[in-house]
Amino acid sequence: MDESAPIRFELRRGAVTAVPLGIAVGLFGVSFGVLSATSGGIGALPAIVMSATTFAGSAQFAAVSIVAGSGQPLAAIAAALLLNARYLPIGVSVAPFLTGGPLRRFLHAQLVVDESWAIAARGEGRFDPHRLIGAGVVLWLAWVAGTIVGVLGGEALGDPATLGLDAAFPALFLALLAPQLNGRRPVVAALAGAAIALALVPFTPAGVPIIAAAAAALIGLRPR
Amino acid sequence: MSESWAVVLAVGLGTIAIKAAGPVLLGGRPLPGRVQSVVALLAPALLAALVATAAVSTGQQLVLDARVLGVLAAALTIALRAPVLLVVIVAAATAAVARLVGIA
Repeated sequence: MDESAPIRFELRRGAVTAVPLGIAVGLFGVSFGVLSATSGGIGALPAIVMSATTFAGSAQFAAVSIVAGSGQPLAAIAAALLLNARYLPIGVSVAPFLTGGPLRRFLHAQLVVDESWAIAARGEGRFDPHRLIGAGVVLWLAWVAGTIVGVLGGEALGDPATLGLDAAFPALFLALLAPQLNGRRPVVAALAGAAIALALVPFTPAGVPIIAAAAAALIGLRPR
Repeated sequence: MSESWAVVLAVGLGTIAIKAAGPVLLGGRPLPGRVQSVVALLAPALLAALVATAAVSTGQQLVLDARVLGVLAAALTIALRAPVLLVVIVAAATAAVARLVGIA
């Protein structure tokens, strides 16, 4: 009847797919809030503002831990932005599928995080923009709400490591990676990406190994 | 305290600009074929790098700890076609139990 029906379907589908991830992301938001609010972190209100604007867990954790550890704001900023540099190629990958004016594209681009991007991937470099938006909104709400709960709860919550939450991140990314491994090339790119990242970990600041792993995608230049 | 706000502001504005660069500058224009085939492989390459670094690195150290057991349990759970939430719970529970009993 109207063309908004399939759009609503994909928005819903993105949102529903993101709910299980949203629970994990929300719990990480709680631990981010706890870490930020307790002594040496960046404080409660900056933590909430950071979650709402930066919306990138690994970079935020990196920034807060550097501020708490060394009190070097420039090092914290550099590490966080390096960790987020992967959103440059990720943004380029979704760019052809985000439509509308510059402001609309600008706002939709902010909903891109690793998880919403993976949910929106339809294979062979295609992305569903509505799934991306549905998933992005759910994940943003979970991340910000989790952060607020964390800064309010403060030290009441236990160590995230005791709860095994640090193992949830790689597990989550593995679950997102598995469906992408649907051919020889993606498997080779994945193995090469992991190898590059691990080889660089001891020698480069956090964040650089993940950016460098993007080079593995260059095998796409080889003729089939 | 003002240092905290400087970090929040710089990281926030920087990230917003990085995320917006591709979509705002490229718009709805499609990428050339060769670029497209590279971009198609960015997801597996970066996701695998995130799996690897999140599983076995802490800062600049490579560390084998309970997270590895959690990820192995997650891989088994994924092979059984379990939903993502179950995969994450199994990984976290495995790592928590491994630490509790002191085997990792």
